[in-house]
Amino acid sequence: MTTNPSVITPAVGQKEGQRIPIGEWLIENLIRLAGLSTIVIVVLIFLFLVREGGPAFLDIPLRQLFGSRWYPIEGIFGLLPLLVGSLIVTVGAVTIAVPLGLICAIYLGEIAPTWQREILKPLIEMLAGIPSIVLGFLGWVVLAPLIQNAGAATGLTAFTGAIILAYMSLPTIISISEDALYAVPKEYRDGALAIGATQWQTIWRVVLPAARSGIVIAVMLGIGRAIGETMAVMMVTGNAANIPTLSSGLIFEPVRTMTATIAAEMGEVAQGSLHYNTLFGIGIVLFVITFAINSLAGRIVGTRGARRTGGKL
Amino acid sequence: MNRQQTNRFAVAVITSVAILVVVPIVLVILFVLYNGIGVINWEFISTAPRNGMREGGIWPALLGTIFLTFGTAIISFPLAIGAAIYLSEYAADNRMTRMVRLAIVNLAGIPSIVYGLFGLGAFVLFMQFGTSILAGSLTLGILTLPVVISTAEEAISSVPQQFRTVSLSLGATRWQTIRHQVLPHALPGILTGVILGLGRAAGETAPILFTVAAFYLPDLPQSIFDQTMALPYHLYVISTQVPGMPLDIQYGTALVLLLIVLSLTLVATFVRTSMRRRREW
Repeated sequence: MTTNPSVITPAVGQKEGQRIPIGEWLIENLIRLAGLSTIVIVVLIFLFLVREGGPAFLDIPLRQLFGSRWYPIEGIFGLLPLLVGSLIVTVGAVTIAVPLGLICAIYLGEIAPTWQREILKPLIEMLAGIPSIVLGFLGWVVLAPLIQNAGAATGLTAFTGAIILAYMSLPTIISISEDALYAVPKEYRDGALAIGATQWQTIWRVVLPAARSGIVIAVMLGIGRAIGETMAVMMVTGNAANIPTLSSGLIFEPVRTMTATIAAEMGEVAQGSLHYNTLFGIGIVLFVITFAINSLAGRIVGTRGARRTGGKL
Repeated sequence: MNRQQTNRFAVAVITSVAILVVVPIVLVILFVLYNGIGVINWEFISTAPRNGMREGGIWPALLGTIFLTFGTAIISFPLAIGAAIYLSEYAADNRMTRMVRLAIVNLAGIPSIVYGLFGLGAFVLFMQFGTSILAGSLTLGILTLPVVISTAEEAISSVPQQFRTVSLSLGATRWQTIRHQVLPHALPGILTGVILGLGRAAGETAPILFTVAAFYLPDLPQSIFDQTMALPYHLYVISTQVPGMPLDIQYGTALVLLLIVLSLTLVATFVRTSMRRRREW
């Protein structure tokens, strides 16, 4: 996604004033239009969310909106339990997925021989391809009973969701941190090994620090992936819209995320009702969170790319 | 522990964690295969669910997913490939281009349920398509844009610059160069993106919840303005909403969905690998 070197400079092919056939003129403009349409679509998504969800932020008193009770039937819409639910599940997932994903990327990039890499990388792509509903289904029929047997009051907990989500965000974290490791110049490794460092010292002291910004991006995009996941989370987290009491067993209680709330309740609300508006309002919150994460990650990619080419001899 | 021992220890730990990550992927696929293969036969594929979905097959859901995947293709690909050509061949390094790239990164990050909300607000209600195959395909089409754009752009950009220079120096116009020199060479890569996009569309549930998916609809859709059942939503319904649902039908449905999506992913990977092998520059 860096700036493309292959852009055709018109000066090479077309003299100034050369006539372009009308058909080509049309095609070229359609292509430009297709490119610009991506911006239009993002803006449209936001506008439609605001159109349907905006009234929620105007009609519900802020005190209530940030309150800790989500009882749509009584007309009480406090978003706090849903925010906390999403937070717990996402933090849990990231805590599991980041170390695993990073170590897996180190293995793929630094240790595994080529033949292993050629088997493992398609496998991880397959994991990325498994539909979330299938993983949710397995979480529901296999993982939840296991967790209940292990002593939890119910198998449908934030922890169950975190495990499933961790697995779903692994491919993102692995592939982006592997790219980051790959971008570290080979000379760094050669230099470290030449002065007598072991492979582990090279990885820990040289390669990882050099790949730092890419790893930060991997973590951020992993968080973005986890916070937006819907179906699997809805099936395994128990969907209880209350804030778990702050204790060590916090993660073993049922929670309800923002995404699951939209998915579970939108089918039953009257269009135009306050409940309907509020569900779109949750959509706005999700949009803003993921937009911030992705824009920030995109910005880091930009500066990193510039630095890398700037430093190249 | 001296540093050689530390090194051996660290490498061993890294290797075992990698195994810990990868083995469950294989296990998950084999597990669904083992539990689901038993119910899969021609009747399961080709008949509608019966008796409150506790018997019978998945045909309407399977067909619905096929319709939706084709609909997604029609909506997404012209736009995505156009955008990829724009980014690779036309876009100058300016503010506008950076905004397009930012938009694509963000499209990729928007949660699928938010696409569902957008589809409901924009296509189902505002454009009054109703809950329909059209609304669902439009929603899924937009959802798949970033995957297809970035894969296709990578493929187009990887065509060597000399091809363009030579073509232009022989007097070809910019579009002739793209059409006859760049796109043919980029085709396998573009195809990879297209197939990956289809796989994504076939497996998504959240975007179709409010835009097209029907809980139970044994009759097949008659037009693009009809609702349809779809495989991912059907799996959700039979595993959580139908009490007393036989487990083997659930596994069978999950297996069919998994096979569709994974075979698309595999084909995409295969196309890309064979392209890399064949390429001579």
